[in-house]
Parts: sequence; C-alpha cells; structure tokens
Amino acid sequence: MALLSKKDSNLILDPLADNNPITIQVLGICSALAITAELKASVVMAISVLFVLGVGNVVISLLRNVIPAKIRIIVQLVVVAALVIIVDQVLKAFAYELSKTLSVFVGLIITNCIIMGRFEAFALGNGPWKSFLDGIGNALGYGVILIIVGFFRELLGSGTLFGIKVLGDPVAKTGLYALGYENNGFMIIPPAALIVVGIIIWVQRSRNRALIEEA
Amino acid sequence: MKEKLHQLKLKYQGKKMAPAFNALHTFLYTPNETTHSGGHIRGADDLKRTMNTVIMALVPCLLFGMFNAGYQHYSAINGFPENFDLFQHFLTWDNFLVGITTVLPLVIVSYGVGLAIEFLFAVIKGHEVEEGYLVTGMLVPLIVPVDTPLWMLAVAVVFGVVIGKEVFGGTGMNILNPALTIRAFLFFAYPTWMSGDKVWVHGAKDGLTQAGSTDAISGETVLGYLAQGNTDTGYSLADMFYGFIPGSVGETSTLLIVLGGLFLIFSKIASWRIMLSAVLGSLAMGLIFNGIVDAGWLPEYSKFYTLMSFPYWQHLLVGGLIFGIVFMATDPVTGSQTNKGKWIYGFLIGFMSVMIRVFNPGYPEGVFLAILLMNVFAPTIDHYVIKGNIKKRMKRLKTATIYPKTSDEEVDTLKTETA
Repeated sequence: MALLSKKDSNLILDPLADNNPITIQVLGICSALAITAELKASVVMAISVLFVLGVGNVVISLLRNVIPAKIRIIVQLVVVAALVIIVDQVLKAFAYELSKTLSVFVGLIITNCIIMGRFEAFALGNGPWKSFLDGIGNALGYGVILIIVGFFRELLGSGTLFGIKVLGDPVAKTGLYALGYENNGFMIIPPAALIVVGIIIWVQRSRNRALIEEA
Repeated sequence: MKEKLHQLKLKYQGKKMAPAFNALHTFLYTPNETTHSGGHIRGADDLKRTMNTVIMALVPCLLFGMFNAGYQHYSAINGFPENFDLFQHFLTWDNFLVGITTVLPLVIVSYGVGLAIEFLFAVIKGHEVEEGYLVTGMLVPLIVPVDTPLWMLAVAVVFGVVIGKEVFGGTGMNILNPALTIRAFLFFAYPTWMSGDKVWVHGAKDGLTQAGSTDAISGETVLGYLAQGNTDTGYSLADMFYGFIPGSVGETSTLLIVLGGLFLIFSKIASWRIMLSAVLGSLAMGLIFNGIVDAGWLPEYSKFYTLMSFPYWQHLLVGGLIFGIVFMATDPVTGSQTNKGKWIYGFLIGFMSVMIRVFNPGYPEGVFLAILLMNVFAPTIDHYVIKGNIKKRMKRLKTATIYPKTSDEEVDTLKTETA
C-alpha cells in the first residue's frame, strides 16, 4: 500500500519541479535574493518556511468554514504572524548568531507571497490533510531552490560550505588558493542570486519545454 | 581549395557541425550561394566587414597598449626618463617584449574562450555562427588591467557572453554591451585585481621592487591619485593626451582613440551623434562640478574636492571615458536607434560617467557603469522619441486645413453649373 494516494503525492511533488513557487510562479524572490549568500542561512530559512507553511495551511484549512470572507486576509496574517513569532523566538533562543544573519528576513516570512498565496489558493478550499501536504510541498519547492542557490553562492563567493573551508584557506593560500584561485566577490552580493535563479529557470525550461510560455 | 570547401559545405549541409564549418568558411571566402528568388542588391558592408572596420580602428590602441605596458613597467622600476624621447624610451623592443608577453595572452584568451562559446551555441541552436564576438573579443583585453589573471578573464568572458548575450538570443538581441558586462563582472567579482595602485603596472602585484631600493613598485591612475586627495599627479597634459600614463591596456592614448573614432565616423560605422553628445555631456557635468568648487560650496577637506576641482575638459584625457564613448557607447545594438534618442543617450552617458567617477567611493571610474545603465534605458528613450514624433504628426494633421485644388476656370464652370 502506498503511503499516499497518487493525487496526494502530486501535491508534494508538483511544487518541487514543474510548479515550483520560485522558478515557475516567481514568488518569494525577495528572501531568495537576500539570505542565500550562505548555505546555513538558506537551510534555516527553508526549515522556517516549511514549519510556517505546513502548520499555517492546516490552521487556515481548519478555520476555512468559520472565517468571514471579508476579513480573511487579516485572519491569515494573524496566523502567519503568530507562527513567525514562534520561529523567530526559537531562533533567538537556540541560534542567536544565525538569527542575526537572517535579521529582518525571518519577520518578513509574514509577507512571503508563497505563504499567503497557498492560504488563498489552497487551504481555504481544501481539507486539513491535503492542505498540510500542499504546504509541505510548496515549502520544500521553495527550500530546494534556496539551498541550490545558497550552495553555489557560498561555494563560489566564500569558498566555504556551512562555514567549512572546502576549497582551502584563502589567507594561508592552501588548496585551490595556492594555484591562484580567488573567491568571486560578485556571488556575495544579492544580484548574483537573481542570476543563479535565472540559470535554474533556464535549465528547467530547456529540459521541460512544456513550461515555456507562449511569447 | 575554394571549390573543395564549397563541395564540403554541400556535403555537410544540415549536419550538426555545419554552423561551425560555415563560420570558418565564410570567414575566409565569399560563399558561392546566390539568392534563391528574385534579384537582390548585396551590400559589401556585411556584419563581418563592419566588425573588421572597428577592429582596424582598435589595432593602434592595442599596439600602443603593448608598448605602454612595457614603458610603465620599466619606468616604475627605474623611474620615468627625464628627457623623454619617443624612440629611445617608448617604442623599444624591451617595452614591446613586455607588452607582447602580457597583452597577447589576454587577447588570445578573450578570443579563444569567447569564440568557443559562440561556436558551441551556434551548434546547439543550429544557427549560423554570429560575428558579434569579433569586436567584443578585441575590446575586452583593452579595458582590463595588464596583469589580470587569465583564468579570471576566461570566467568573465564565459559569464559575459552567456548571460550578457546568448540568453537574449545572440548578436543583435542583447540588451547590455557584452564587453562591458565582462568588465563589470570582473570589477564586482575580483575588485582587488581591478582597482587600487597595484594592478596597472605589470609586476606590481608580484611585489617587484624599484631599482636600488626595497620599495615596491606601484602605479596609480591619474584618477586614483586625485581620488586620494592629491592635486599633482606628476603627469603633464601631453602625457595624458598621448597616453603615457598607467591605466587599462588600451584606454590611455586619447590621441589614438580619437583617430580611431574619426575613422569610424568617416566610414559611417559609428554614430557621431552619440560621440559628440557624450563628450558634451561629460563637459557639462565637469563644468557643474568645477562651478560648485569655484562657488566655494564645497569645503576643501571634502573627499570629493580634488576630483571635483579637476578641470572639466581634462576628464576626457584620463581614464576610460573617451575609449568608452568612442568604442562602447556607439555599439549599434545596445544604443539608441533614433537620431534624437542618440543625442539624449550619448549626453546622459557622458554626464553620468563623470558623476559616477567623482562620487564612486571604491573606484574612481564610472564610464562602464554609465554605459551599462544607459544601455538599459536606450529602448525607453527610443520609445518616447517615437511616441513624441507620432504625437507631433497627429497634431499637424489635425490643425492642417486642406484646400481643394481648383483652377480658376473650373471655378467658373462650377458656378455656371450651379447657377
């Protein structure tokens, strides 16, 4: 017996590839640009969004029949804000340095379009289990792109991964640096993320031509 | 030979490598193909001819850059010669040898990597190889410091050609000038190799020392000196004009660049409107800065004081401004297309180049950033110029009174008919 029915597993798998929130729907770009200079920050951000979107989708789905349509955006905001505050406090308590790196962007999860988008488009019209899967799927799709971008930006920009000097020491000139290699300062600045995301989109669309919009 | 190639071409038509083969073929010979329907007039100035004309205009700058690389190298070690003699101190084999060993690899890497990517994309797209890289490949080595590591240049060329050009659809479709995209990439990625006082003279980065002393050699550009608050750069106006100053490989000699520019204007390859308006724009911005200093609005301790008080017209003699205006701003693909648009586009390039040059805290040069910025705005400028023109014509049509064309005789006959 499969753990999930075909329809349910599509809820998780679709946003990972052919309906990815970042590369196809182009949502949540702001945080993808801002915090992906380091892999660690990308991973934490991905987990935070996974938590907020997974739980938030369930909460909104449970409340979907009692929320008055006119004030639903406010209700959604209250739910996200509450969840984001939890994330923020946990980070401050257990990973203070990291929460300083992420700074305002944890708070800005509230305004991440992916979250409000999934609430509006899915959780308000589907049951809690499906909403949960949808939330997890979209958060994973977001997280995967974040981690890919973070991987390339940290590797090429700082020569490290999770803070470990994988390419050698740039000051002591060991490893690759002994050959004259230097870190690419361009990868540190946010516009580089835009280009990396662009390249991912390019690769994805040339592999699956059905994704290319009519001009 | 020629016939054989034509036969080979037919044999491989439609095959995967055909574009790569055709590129070499048409580079050497005129293809024997004729138009398939109707009679066409074929202009002799095709894309390849255009590109080669620009390259011819660039060759003097390249040769000068080679000699200057050696001249700056030896002058940094031994001190500048007191009684400068062109043939004794500048056009020497020693200088040329340094130049050819430092500059020629840059040219080779630039062309090798760039053309490899062009061929690769031509094969992927199944499209003929485009000649667009011929000029870019020549421009790139001229706008980088002489000691730029070759692998950095290769990475930047890959980035510039793929992201700056191929993603938009290749030659003629690009928004940004590829050569400047490469330069900007290098500047943001490897700033320590692109600015400061150690990169403009060959050997300075390796810690070469001056003759008879332990001081390391260095060479700051004129703008670099000014940005640090010095007023006396030690270079005469003639040095700046002829180009015996440190700087990127091909950008120093204002004289040769102006000659190249005149050549491009008379061969009608480049737009004189853009060049003239860019010069005017830079003079205007320079005059404004000079005016601010003269009016006493800027205290002398301001870090902008020395650059802002630099005589306005001398901005054209130093740095990459005139090189950018002549060879980069006039790129027909990325620049404005309308005549009025060209004036606006050029003026803003000159204006902003000098502005960025003065206010950029990290690096006292701005022409490449200004041109890239205006590249982005060029289509917008054209759009409004065309819209303005349409509006003007509509207005003319509305207010025009159309007189019936009747001769006197006809009027009489009409009268009798109605009477």
